[in-house]
Amino acid sequence: MNITFRLAWRNLWRRKRRTWLTVGAMVFSNILLVFMISLQLGMYEMMIVNALKAQTGHLQVQAPGYKDDFKIRQVVPNAKQLADDLRQGLATEEVAVRAAAFALISSGDRSYGAQITGVEPARESLVSSLPGLVTEGGFLSDPMAEEIVIGSVLARNLRVGVGDELTFIGSGRDGSFAAAVVDVVGIFESGVPDMDRGFAQVPLGFFQDAFAMGDAGHAVVVMAPGLLQVGATQARVEALLPADADLVVHDWDALLPGLKQAIQADFVSAWFMYGILIILVAFSVLNTQLMSVLERTKEFGIVMSLGVTPGRLGRLVLLETALMGIVGMVLGVLLGGGLVLWLHFNGFTYPGLEEMGGKFNLPGRIYPTVSVLGLLTGPLIVLAASVVASFYPALRLRWMEPVAAMRAA
Amino acid sequence: MKSVRCVDLCKTYRQGDLEVTGLDHVDLEINEGGFVCLSAPSGGGKTTLLNAIGGLDTPDSGEIYLAGDRIDNLSKGELAEMRLHQIGFVFQAYNLIPVLTARENVEFVMEVQGVAAASRRKRSLELLEEVGLGGLGDRLPAQMSGGQQQRVAVARAIASRPALVLADEPTANLDSQTSDQLMELFVELNEHHKTTFVIATHDQRVMAYARRVIHMLDGRIVDDERRDEA
Repeated sequence: MNITFRLAWRNLWRRKRRTWLTVGAMVFSNILLVFMISLQLGMYEMMIVNALKAQTGHLQVQAPGYKDDFKIRQVVPNAKQLADDLRQGLATEEVAVRAAAFALISSGDRSYGAQITGVEPARESLVSSLPGLVTEGGFLSDPMAEEIVIGSVLARNLRVGVGDELTFIGSGRDGSFAAAVVDVVGIFESGVPDMDRGFAQVPLGFFQDAFAMGDAGHAVVVMAPGLLQVGATQARVEALLPADADLVVHDWDALLPGLKQAIQADFVSAWFMYGILIILVAFSVLNTQLMSVLERTKEFGIVMSLGVTPGRLGRLVLLETALMGIVGMVLGVLLGGGLVLWLHFNGFTYPGLEEMGGKFNLPGRIYPTVSVLGLLTGPLIVLAASVVASFYPALRLRWMEPVAAMRAA
Repeated sequence: MKSVRCVDLCKTYRQGDLEVTGLDHVDLEINEGGFVCLSAPSGGGKTTLLNAIGGLDTPDSGEIYLAGDRIDNLSKGELAEMRLHQIGFVFQAYNLIPVLTARENVEFVMEVQGVAAASRRKRSLELLEEVGLGGLGDRLPAQMSGGQQQRVAVARAIASRPALVLADEPTANLDSQTSDQLMELFVELNEHHKTTFVIATHDQRVMAYARRVIHMLDGRIVDDERRDEA
């Protein structure tokens, strides 16, 4: 260890109380940042996973334009065959066909508009969490059965329960009148009000008959092994599509732009607050180092008279700050990491979380993510901001004259 | 060869509302290996002259040469480099770095010079031995007496093997016995290493060791008393 390093380290502890106060501010902000960023990342991951599981999946093969203009005629032809090909090509079972239409669903004298989705009963649970959210009755089982699963709010509005009959009326792919009578076999509760109020699922085969779809669907849903593999899986799906097929592959980001926007908006507002916290810490460091430099004016003058340049002394001040920042970072990451680790297994909640979480199909408890990104991003920025803050006291040394400095009290 | 040559040096500075003459047309030459005392009452200009010779302060006019090289027109960086390699300073108040041990204080200057760790450690121990502090290298300044601290300061001053040592009232905080020991050390270093010593003092006991005493008053040289020196 060279003497400059030893000098910087020992200088830090000349005023133990002041150094510990500054390090304490760093540790506190680092714990807060580690906790908040890990919580944010955990929440975002849950939001994405839950929203994708309940709605879009990671990827969908669709007809061009269907994503933006939900027309029943914009179909994926021979959808089940395409799904089989993708299952084989991707070596995964997590591929399923869906078709969707809007219809008026009636029971007695009550009628409500809803989106009816035709799904493959045996495969839907592989790409969606909805079958698992059925709280009354069961999920669809027979691909051709005249059955329906509806959201809990829609069931309440229509005043129907499991075993009751419903009628739906809509428009078929060929413009024909699509109508059928179906039995309610299940009621789901997703926690997402819009889904519970206006969403229903029927078997794909029955849907194709009722809406004159033939063998077509509107989307082939594909799940990637994980969020990070979505891009690679998308490329593979695109490669597996028939060369002459007029189809496109959308990832979840394109299918659910609102989700990413919500995450980005939350991210920006959170970082605005983190920024204020980091600036406060930086000012605390600035104050400490400025005091420290002013106190040592005479000593700096002496050292300069020995031939040490102001630049070297400035680097000494920066080194002192960096060492202080590293102590704050290590303690902050250890304590913050411990807290995050505990919450990762036990979960975290606060008043209003359940209500807010419901909008994104989130549970009432959040489990922070333990990741290098979550643990180090905040503390590294605090460290960098602290070093930047001490540039001013370091630069002051450039204007210091040895003789004047040595005369300082 | 002249170690120091000053030509018509003038320096004024402000002290509150007053303009004080620090140096008033000072001409001076000091030979290599000289042992010179600058004697003056307080405010007589000896520290101002010492600072000018050491490149710590720039004169308003005049020229300064060290070992034949003009230094009064050098930049701050060049002056720092010159001080680092050619000049050793000893101050009245020892001025050691309080958080470094005696050995580290001596080593610090050598580290700045870029001397390798093993070499500077060896030399710092040799220097401490030479100034009579063998075995005390691991003590902090606060754990040493004033005389011991001043010896560490001397070891630090000569660590870079400077041709010139400038000492400003080096014995002012020492008792007479310790002062004598320090001056004997200076004489020994002067004789063994041929290092030029310029010592600012108004202590007659210190002046007794000098081979030349330059008396100053109000920034002017009023007497140049040469004893053994040509």
